Amino acid sequence: MDLATFLIQCLNAVQYGLLLFLVASGLTLIFGIMGVINLAHGSFYMIGAYMAYALAPWVESWLGGGFFATLAVGIVLSVLLGYLLEWLFFSYLYEREHLQQVLMTYGLILVFEEVRSILVGDDVHGVQPPALLGGSIPLSEVMSYPVYRLFISAVCIAVAVAMWFVITRTRLGMRIRAGASNREMVRALGIDIKLLYRIVFAVGVALAALAGMIASPVSSVYPGMGSQVLIICFVVVVIGGIGSIRGALVAALLVGVVDTFGKVLFPAAAGVLVYLLMAAVLLWKPEGLFKVG
Amino acid sequence: MNRRNTLAALLASALLAAGPAVHAQAKLKVGVMLPFTGTFAALGTAIDNGFKLYVQEQGGRLGGREIEYFVVDDESDPAKATDNVNKLINRDKVDVIVGTVHSGVAMAMAKAARDSNTMLMVPNAGADAVTGPMCAPNIFRSSFSNWQSAYAMGVVMAKRGHKRAVSLTWKYAAGDEMVAAFKEGFEKGGGQVLKQLNLPFPNVEFQALLTDIAATKPDSVFSFFAGGGAVKFVKDYAAAGLNKTIPLYGPGFLTDGTLEAQGDSAQGILTTLHYADSLGTPRDNAFRLAYVKAYKLQPDVYAVQGYDAAQMLGIGLAAVKGDITKRAEFAAALEKAKIDSPRGAFTLSKAHNPVQDIYLRKVEGKQNKVVEVAIKALADPARGCKM
Repeated sequence: MDLATFLIQCLNAVQYGLLLFLVASGLTLIFGIMGVINLAHGSFYMIGAYMAYALAPWVESWLGGGFFATLAVGIVLSVLLGYLLEWLFFSYLYEREHLQQVLMTYGLILVFEEVRSILVGDDVHGVQPPALLGGSIPLSEVMSYPVYRLFISAVCIAVAVAMWFVITRTRLGMRIRAGASNREMVRALGIDIKLLYRIVFAVGVALAALAGMIASPVSSVYPGMGSQVLIICFVVVVIGGIGSIRGALVAALLVGVVDTFGKVLFPAAAGVLVYLLMAAVLLWKPEGLFKVG
Repeated sequence: MNRRNTLAALLASALLAAGPAVHAQAKLKVGVMLPFTGTFAALGTAIDNGFKLYVQEQGGRLGGREIEYFVVDDESDPAKATDNVNKLINRDKVDVIVGTVHSGVAMAMAKAARDSNTMLMVPNAGADAVTGPMCAPNIFRSSFSNWQSAYAMGVVMAKRGHKRAVSLTWKYAAGDEMVAAFKEGFEKGGGQVLKQLNLPFPNVEFQALLTDIAATKPDSVFSFFAGGGAVKFVKDYAAAGLNKTIPLYGPGFLTDGTLEAQGDSAQGILTTLHYADSLGTPRDNAFRLAYVKAYKLQPDVYAVQGYDAAQMLGIGLAAVKGDITKRAEFAAALEKAKIDSPRGAFTLSKAHNPVQDIYLRKVEGKQNKVVEVAIKALADPARGCKM
């Protein structure tokens, strides 16, 4: 592997890692702060991708169209969906055992898949990237890099910075951190923990949906896409340490590097390398790289 | 009075003649085991539609017997396959089973069919083993073997002057079979496979491997993907700019049922398959017209395979006058038969796999148009079949 190829592979690894981070950050937020195992998180990713596909014609006729308008509408809808789901279902789960959480969120996966099948059908669909970002940058004489992939990375970095800022530098972030450490104490201090959780959950759903939406032009849109993402996201969350945003970022980049170079250098073992990484990290640090609380 | 008597006598004799035939032959129980939910739901429905279309064209009877369907949704889940097929065999006691799409499920069905000596018609699953080591006098396939579509592509690529190719597929049974067959055809024509790339099923993060292809600089790429994976791969390949310098080839599944989603990125891709969108033969036109009329849907290769499974069952049944227990005569009739398929007439090999023309197709707009017949009457080598 020459230097140029190596650098391109590094770019691939970082780009994939950042996208993983975007999906996994919502999962780790909900998992770490609210203590809910949310198997339906992959479905939110799927819902996001399908929104990017299915909302586009509506947005076209109501708002004049455009990928970014679709994105904005999709984010608003997914925040509403998250808010509603927390109110109707998840708020009853906090005091329950993990098994009951797993059962209910698994049920939600089935419901979402069936609704998707009824509303949009089982076909595979493509989403056009916005014309502005449709070009590509030549990297070598045969290979070029789509601008849209760089845009995805930029969005992921922006989200990472924003989350870091909110959680460490704002009052809301302070409350969220406090709520993760000691729910009862926060409630005793007069903070509306229910509302706080509802907001966190809605943001978590929106992050997954956003990831699905911005990934849809490169990943295409197909049934069962959520379950694929879910597994790798759990790996990221567990490696990074449950609830740690910083851990999710580091773990996502690690997984990106291992997956990318594993496919090229050890193709026969590509399927298990990521899980070996997880096993190794857990042997070394049983609670993940960055433990919270 | 006299005339009345004659009429009654006539009626009675007619009843006598027809009566026993009707009563002796109960309905033929056909077990349909296909995916009606999940990723392959559309394929299962197309096969089912095709099968029923032919039966309707024959007035609801094959070999003089009325057809009664017993339906099981296999969900393309190999873990449930044995249970599902045993429901048809033991509970419903069907005479013949039609199924399925997923190769893993089909292997379980083939095993159950062998063990219980139930007639099995495979209308899609391409696993070489079904008409290889698993072949049996009571197992027939109306579709293709993986070997057929990929071997033909290897031959075509070598013929088009390519010498150094890279292959890329998912690491699973069908992918391995496709690549091995492609390699066989390509090397026979003087080509060389530089690298066999793969990624775990159903992973769709191709970027690392595309970079690897760019670094290897082959003169062509052979790839096998289907469904969502095929859409993403073809788009990623074009987005990386590779399609401008390194042409992409593959079995037809790369561009079948996916063209709407692939859009511009699929234009011009050459694939090989036993069917295409624009054959234009009278037989194909008639079939397509009837299908559209019946279902308000455009037929695809899966519908053709379902239709032909029913044709094959009909031919076998006609030869034994509806008595499906006469296995030897049933099989003998099919082995001699010429099946008048919309894809073009084909015969069956000794291992009961179609000996058929493989078309070279080119993506133009939303269609896989025929370029030429890549290989005439290509027979699967049926490796490992002892029959």
